[in-house]
Amino acid sequence: MNPSGPNALSSQETSPASSTGHAVIAVEDVHKTYDLGETKVHALRGVTLSIRRGEFVAIMGASGSGKSTFMNIIGCLDKPSSGRYLLEDTDVAQLDKKQLAGIRNRKIGFVFQGFNLLARTSALENTELPTLYARIDRAERHQRAVDALNMVGLSERMDHFPSQLSGGQQQRVAIARALVNRPSILLADEPTGNLDSRTSVEVMGIFQNLNNKGLTIILVTHEHDIAQFAKRNIIFRDGKVRRDELITTQSIASEVLKTMPTVEE
Amino acid sequence: MSFETIFREVFKALARNRLRTLLTMLGIIMGVGAFICVVSVGNAGSSRVEEQLHNVGDNLIWVEAGSRAKSGVRVGSRGTKTLVVGDSNAVIEQIPGVRSASPNVDGRLQVVYGNLNWGTQYRGVSPEYFDIRKWVISAGAAFTQDDVDHNAPVCVLGNTVASSLFEDEDPIGKTVNVKGVPFKVIGILQAKGFSATGQDQDDFVVIPITTAQKRISGVEWLDDIYFSAVSREAIPETTKQIISLMRERHHLRASEDDDFNIRTPEELIRAQLATANIFTWLVGSAASLSLLVGGIGIMNIMLVSVTQRTREIGIRLAVGASEQDIQWQFLGEAIVMSLMGGALGVLAGIGGAFLLKNALHWDMLLSPQVMLIAGVFSAAVGIFFGYYPAQKAARLDPIEGLRYE
Repeated sequence: MNPSGPNALSSQETSPASSTGHAVIAVEDVHKTYDLGETKVHALRGVTLSIRRGEFVAIMGASGSGKSTFMNIIGCLDKPSSGRYLLEDTDVAQLDKKQLAGIRNRKIGFVFQGFNLLARTSALENTELPTLYARIDRAERHQRAVDALNMVGLSERMDHFPSQLSGGQQQRVAIARALVNRPSILLADEPTGNLDSRTSVEVMGIFQNLNNKGLTIILVTHEHDIAQFAKRNIIFRDGKVRRDELITTQSIASEVLKTMPTVEE
Repeated sequence: MSFETIFREVFKALARNRLRTLLTMLGIIMGVGAFICVVSVGNAGSSRVEEQLHNVGDNLIWVEAGSRAKSGVRVGSRGTKTLVVGDSNAVIEQIPGVRSASPNVDGRLQVVYGNLNWGTQYRGVSPEYFDIRKWVISAGAAFTQDDVDHNAPVCVLGNTVASSLFEDEDPIGKTVNVKGVPFKVIGILQAKGFSATGQDQDDFVVIPITTAQKRISGVEWLDDIYFSAVSREAIPETTKQIISLMRERHHLRASEDDDFNIRTPEELIRAQLATANIFTWLVGSAASLSLLVGGIGIMNIMLVSVTQRTREIGIRLAVGASEQDIQWQFLGEAIVMSLMGGALGVLAGIGGAFLLKNALHWDMLLSPQVMLIAGVFSAAVGIFFGYYPAQKAARLDPIEGLRYE
């Protein structure tokens, strides 16, 4: 694999320890309230947790449990109503919109359930998209996108449009796009929700590979068996953390794949 | 995002929807094209009037023998016999606003040269006439005051007459016969072509006024007098003075009408020019209204596009585009569309102008300023009508955008 990929991140672990230690993400008593005119919806009611570098966390919970709101806040797409959120020791609440865009661009990689690729745009151009908003010259942008697609095993299909790719391939393009700016964390919101079970396990295999190289991954899923590929499970309920536990017997994707029947793609 | 990157993304987005892009540009193309066509026609009209202004004469005040009612019978213009050389001389002596004068008579005659002959009009004039009317002698020379004083049988030919009588020969110095009188050809006038009303402006013979009166017409009275005022500003006052002097000389009572007509064609033509310019402006504004409609078309499509591409905007915001990046993307699309529309419109306008010129034989005068105005205007339209949709796109909540189906 590409040596300048996410594994380069591990060197950052030697950065000086702060009050939050090696925590990439530190959330303290975060509340989120949506004002819907007459009624107020309390999506988060005081969440406190921290995620250290190199962790692979699955966030679970029923719909309405607050896990999506939590992900949006973690991903700097939304701001907490109260409480603190430190991303790599930066208090996100202090940042303006432009700085938040910069954080999303460089520190966070998003993978969505619906892939969210641009239609009629090649895999390569889709992967390149985040680099357009970073200060990177054109040759470097191209190289990074090629590297990222290599990393997810799609070097053969760079010129394909999303409509010419299978679901699993589209999700791999999305992962390549999430990795292209070498982020600190990968946020995946139901990444296997639109995929069949074998492809799901393949995607989890990619995640485990990336995690083994030091990338911090936070995965939202409602599928229990998918959550077992992570190292830590956090269960949300009614806007609060209900359970937070380490997985003792982590499923290993490469082994699970061996037990599954091969399906022609 | 760098300028170059924005540009690239804008073109990619526009290329992804070629038909829509083209249809959106159509409004601008037609607006700019119509504007250029219309202004070209208008400009040509104005320049033709200006040319007329140049041709009419040097601050011309024109006095023509008028009509007179005699025992209930009114004779038409040039029906009176009261306009005489004395009037011309009196005006130039007594009215300071008059620089020069040329008393004239005219009529028809037959010019004979060898075995060829040509029926044409003659004008008996003084040498000042050529200056007053800004007529240019292309070969030979005009006659002089000396010729006028001696009733010299000399003539200056209009181009049509010259070419009718002297096919390949040089007419200068040749002798033509008019009513049995031999006239020496001393000059040829520069051709002026046909007038706006289709008259041949070169079909006449110019001879000294005295020669015309004594050798051709045999009458004392004049058909008209051309006066040249010292300046354009002096025309109105000088005209009044000429009227009162003429009335006095013709012994007209206050109750009697003038027995002459006085006209200042320059003022008429200036009024015509003003009308032509107003017309150009009017039609030009109508055409620029269509440019405005084209701009609204751009805004309309951009707004639809923002809604259609809500998810795309959400994705872009999620992967790190700032509000400014999104705003520039959409504003850039609007500007590029209107600029390309403007450029194509200029081409369409030029094409349309040539088409009209060939099909309808209308005059066209394409000016680079008009194209510049059209270009600047269409860019302004793009910025103006692209701004609101771009802002709408930029203000989008990324979470909403990502959820949008």
